[in-house]
Amino acid sequence: MSFPNIQAQFEVEFENIQKKLNGQLDTPFNKIRRAAFEKYKSLGLPSIKNEDWKYTNLKGLEKLSVSFPKVSNFDSSIFENLPFSELEGISMCFVNGIFQAEISHIEESSKIKVMSLEQALEQNPEIIEKYYGKSLDLEKESVSALNVALASTGSVIIIPDNATLDQAVIIKNISDVRVSDISNNIHNLIVIGKNAEVKVVEIFQTVGEHAAVSNFVTEIFVDEDARADYYKIQDENDNSYHLGTTQVIQAKKSYFYAATVTINGGLVRNNLNLVLDGEHIESHMFGLYIPNGKQHIDNHTLVDHRKPNCESNELYKGVMMEKSNGVFNGKIFVREDAQKTNAYQNCRNVITSDNASMNAKPQLEIWADDVKCSHGTTTGKLNDEAIFYMQSRGIPKPEAVRLQLLAFAEDVVSQIKIEKLRDMLDVLIENKLT
Amino acid sequence: MINIYINELSLYHQTIQNHNMLKISNLQARIESKEILRGINLEIKPGEVHAIMGPNGSGKSTLASVLAGREDYEVTGGTVEFNGKNLLELAPEERAAEGIFLAFQYPVEIPGVTTINFLKTAINQIRKYHDKDPLDAAQFLKLMKEKAKSVKIDDQLLRRSLNEGFSGGEKKLNEIFQMAIIEPTLGKMDETDSGLDIDALKIVADGVNQLRSKDRSFIVVTHYQRLLDYIVPDFVHVLYKGKIVKSGTKELALELEEKGYDWIKTEADALESSMV
Repeated sequence: MSFPNIQAQFEVEFENIQKKLNGQLDTPFNKIRRAAFEKYKSLGLPSIKNEDWKYTNLKGLEKLSVSFPKVSNFDSSIFENLPFSELEGISMCFVNGIFQAEISHIEESSKIKVMSLEQALEQNPEIIEKYYGKSLDLEKESVSALNVALASTGSVIIIPDNATLDQAVIIKNISDVRVSDISNNIHNLIVIGKNAEVKVVEIFQTVGEHAAVSNFVTEIFVDEDARADYYKIQDENDNSYHLGTTQVIQAKKSYFYAATVTINGGLVRNNLNLVLDGEHIESHMFGLYIPNGKQHIDNHTLVDHRKPNCESNELYKGVMMEKSNGVFNGKIFVREDAQKTNAYQNCRNVITSDNASMNAKPQLEIWADDVKCSHGTTTGKLNDEAIFYMQSRGIPKPEAVRLQLLAFAEDVVSQIKIEKLRDMLDVLIENKLT
Repeated sequence: MINIYINELSLYHQTIQNHNMLKISNLQARIESKEILRGINLEIKPGEVHAIMGPNGSGKSTLASVLAGREDYEVTGGTVEFNGKNLLELAPEERAAEGIFLAFQYPVEIPGVTTINFLKTAINQIRKYHDKDPLDAAQFLKLMKEKAKSVKIDDQLLRRSLNEGFSGGEKKLNEIFQMAIIEPTLGKMDETDSGLDIDALKIVADGVNQLRSKDRSFIVVTHYQRLLDYIVPDFVHVLYKGKIVKSGTKELALELEEKGYDWIKTEADALESSMV
């Protein structure tokens, strides 16, 4: 076992949860959890010997002593000062994994059903049975297995067939770490019906400077002809660990559009896995990460082309400053059946300091013969000639650097289709790149 | 009493007109270990246009770059005074704010930064340097439209990323447009004619000629005499092996056009070996 101390803490928590279940030990939901826990125990947390975790070392978790909060003393005045508090839409807010009705905004509507995971287990167990954990590969993903074992909360969002939602749906996860290190285990389920349309924003924030060890899983099922935008926004403290998996299953003729923007985070690992399980699917993935200090941001993406005539397109961009690290790993599978696939991937990085680093690795596995695929990664410094050009027009060097970095980041931010969110991100990015 | 005052004033005015805007004395510079400028002397007064000509590799572009403050070059000797200030002590952006403008031989493409945004930042940084309030968006737009019209640049171009996908002519015209907005006191044109057809060359030269005034000087670096048909210089200097080996008026450029550079090289080499 690579990380005995932290793993023991997770195991104790699992046993505590089980003890409190009384008569519910054998519910289908708890059976899923127990199976997942066994899987997790046999795999353990991944070490850097695991090829998928080669550049992201979880050893920092070992020194932590985390609590698993069951109540929160969250004062809503703190919430008012956090970025994104003015973002409008249907929102579900969680603080340390506990649903906060007073700062959430839920409307009764025929176009959407929003519940907490606990509510869904009572009111719509058939949904849980049909979808919960079904998109995940727990045989290989021990972190996701741990999430399934420990999560007892999250959002369940159901968009019925043919519903077009104008408002954004916001899931906000705030870690209150003013007092101690905590562990969050949250599992969201988003089910988008046939020909439905929705924009989902997931926001991750911290209050306080202790460590938040967060394990988030979001499963998204996009049915035939449905269209979904998914924006994942991260602004967490330098001591936080964010292990997140977004697993997406797309049915035929669906459209999925993701943008992952990491403003801040101590150690961040984002897995974004797309399964294109039908013909004529379109998928887009954009990413931006701008770490400074000793921040470590790792984005792993996987696009699994299973059927013919689909298109995927990916652009990730990073600015690594000071002593920070960036990691990008982009896998594209094109299965034998998936003829006429178009798959494009591009990862571009700028390093602004000699002490920063970037590891970028594209991985293409193509089994079909009639496909168009391309990939490219670049990592470099800013163009000195461009900086001199700007200086020669009277712009001081730091401002010249800033202008170029902002322009570089804007390629990704401009992809976000919620104007207010884009504006809020621009402010945070401008502040960070100054 | 009044008479004396007027006399003094006109005398003062005269000294202003006759003072050197730029005074380069024995300037030496190298890139890595290669000596490129080996003792340049040049004085430029307000309103004058000086052409710097010379064969390839003679140091023409280096001179323009060193004056703009490009870091690749190390100044190993000599002085440069610009309006009484030690130019070599200033950062490139300070030189720009003091009134020096370099029109690049190869203008840089900067993706994601529009010409408008770029120039607004530049103008306001220069204003800040002089303790002036920044121009607001409306004021800047007005200035931009006026200058775009005067140099005949399509203002749609200015809404695009700086120089990205511009033709050679559009890039060079954009340099002139920037110069028109920034209004430097000394414009340096580094091989502005390279890669331009005759129509583009005329448009660019027109732009420069409009900017000529009694207070503004130009250094026009060029390999060919062609450009000087359109931007007529007051003085022509020939640079060879990092030194000015011959100076004259615009007739010198015509002579070079006719006879090439070989006779200059022969003369200069002979002089150099006689000195050794």
